[in-house]
Amino acid sequence: MKPLLSVRDLSVTFDVRRPGSWPWTPPRKLHAVSDVSFDIQPGECLGIVGESGSGKSTIARAVVGTIPSSAGNIMFEGHDLANMSTSERRVHRRDVQMIFQDPLAALNPRMTVGEIIAEPLITHEPHTPRKDVKKRVGALMERVGLLPNLINRYPHEFSGGQCQRIGIARALILNPKLIICDEPVSALDVSVQAQVINLLMELQRDMGLSMIFIAHDLSVVKHISDRTLVLYLGRVMETADSHKLTTLPEHPYSQALIASVPIPDPILEKARPRPILKGELPSPLAPPSGCVFRTRCPKAQASCAQARPVLEDIGGNHLVACPFHQAEHVLAVGT
Amino acid sequence: MPLLEIEDLMVTFDTADGDVHAVNGLTFNIDKGETLAIVGESGSGKSQTAFAAMGLLAKNGRATGVARFDGNDLLAMSQKDFNKIRSKDMAMIFQDPMTSLNPYLRVSDQMAEVLMLHNGISKSQAVTEAVRMLDAVRIPDARARVTMYPHEFSGGMRQRIMIAMSLLCQPRLLIADEPTTALDVTVQAQIMQLLGDIRQDFGTAVILITHDLGVVAGFCDRTLVMYGGQIMEEGTTEGIFGNPTHPYTSGLLKAVPRLDVDEGELVTIAGEPPDMSNLPKGCPFSPRCPVQLENCRGERPPLETHDGRRRSCHLAVSEVA
Repeated sequence: MKPLLSVRDLSVTFDVRRPGSWPWTPPRKLHAVSDVSFDIQPGECLGIVGESGSGKSTIARAVVGTIPSSAGNIMFEGHDLANMSTSERRVHRRDVQMIFQDPLAALNPRMTVGEIIAEPLITHEPHTPRKDVKKRVGALMERVGLLPNLINRYPHEFSGGQCQRIGIARALILNPKLIICDEPVSALDVSVQAQVINLLMELQRDMGLSMIFIAHDLSVVKHISDRTLVLYLGRVMETADSHKLTTLPEHPYSQALIASVPIPDPILEKARPRPILKGELPSPLAPPSGCVFRTRCPKAQASCAQARPVLEDIGGNHLVACPFHQAEHVLAVGT
Repeated sequence: MPLLEIEDLMVTFDTADGDVHAVNGLTFNIDKGETLAIVGESGSGKSQTAFAAMGLLAKNGRATGVARFDGNDLLAMSQKDFNKIRSKDMAMIFQDPMTSLNPYLRVSDQMAEVLMLHNGISKSQAVTEAVRMLDAVRIPDARARVTMYPHEFSGGMRQRIMIAMSLLCQPRLLIADEPTTALDVTVQAQIMQLLGDIRQDFGTAVILITHDLGVVAGFCDRTLVMYGGQIMEEGTTEGIFGNPTHPYTSGLLKAVPRLDVDEGELVTIAGEPPDMSNLPKGCPFSPRCPVQLENCRGERPPLETHDGRRRSCHLAVSEVA
């Protein structure tokens, strides 16, 4: 099957100025994302996990086009979005929609819910009769679990979970092919989070959507996505089927990440071996040479500082960027 | 005698939209060296309980009932007396370390202040002590970094500074309000391990306030589940997680995806968290509860104790799914 989205060697760099530096000193380059490649098949959900500063949101923004990429290709249905003029890109923009983390901040407080949801439709199909717009908005509101008679209310009258449903409806009104969800449930309460996760999975299945699901909560990502990509300091460490990744991770970083996710089961949790990762994410302004994870890696060797490990396919669409990779049951305690 | 005794605590806020009842008749206690989790969603009153006990309620907040620490009534205490025990005998760690550290003061200054006030030691002694404590929370190169400002540290390091500061006078009770919510999961694991070590080394009792059931499972002896400012259920952590007897607790446990289980569709709790200025008359959870008995909406269920487990539900234990 031909992938819907095929990202190749995507890099995004930002110019950073030290506060107080002279205007003529050249800015330093911050490599937020380096050489990231992945494919998304139609109807597939790809999860992206990583600590803050790993470049998860940057990838999302580059694919949507709100920030420019500095190298690489973003092939969407055979068209390269990364190297395209704004006007050409506009044609494809309707097919890629985004759902944001802070549901209230993502909605214009001075627009009614109906106006918010209809806005993409009116922008891309300005000649749609008003009656049809209203009908489509109403139908979609019902679909995402909002009462259609709330159409003239303003965002502040809704709870966080309802605001996220409004954001989902806005993303869906143009029948996009790809939805990018950037931490869509991390601002929500546990009980509401489950409702939104179920809604997203149901919509994805029913509408045949492809999805990129970004979150720092590995349990949520594993639950919702078919495949998971593990990022560290802007580079891909491992990509695998979500079930395989959580049960038998190969990369030392994935193993450490999974080991630090707490499991709501006191007996299991207190018996679990805890190889805790030391230190914190190094500065992306001065990433370590060779493998970026080597400064915190329990398996690091002298050779890790020399060459950057290649992302190698170890079979079954499982890619690992570590020459010393070894499958390990991190979760296994009497299971 | 328990270390902290809370009895029928009520916290009410006087707002422009009328009274908001954040905590409604909460009773619990914690012994020396024990760890208690207070679990609940936003608006369940878990943080306000801690603020009331620490005398840190906002100006429009009123606390009534009883809160006794070591026999002293905290709610009747003057600010002057409170300042003598706050951070000396009971200390608190807040969710956001950046807003709870003073950005204008060097770490050494804000840490020394606590010791100079409570132990009456000189500044240089206090700084030495502060460095020792920063070492204990594993801040590398503490001696050199103690003179830095809070913004020069990362989020995880700031939280370590908060913990170090709260432990300076070796309090007997530490209240940690969502201490790891703002942190990455690998740093969260480090901080929770650190709190565990500290608890063992100093014998500090810890109240952990969180919404993260996973963190609770690995850390706490007892768990108290709150909803709408009231106790839904309380018992040993093993008991609450292994055999929940309240529909809210079991709903909460089913709603969280687990890394080690391939669940199908998540079981959700319908509806939204309650409006605290307009709580239902009966059980606060009744509008969202899958079980609807005759008296659920009309009458608040009493808190009953069975085999060391406290629960507040009209449904009989044997009938909970």
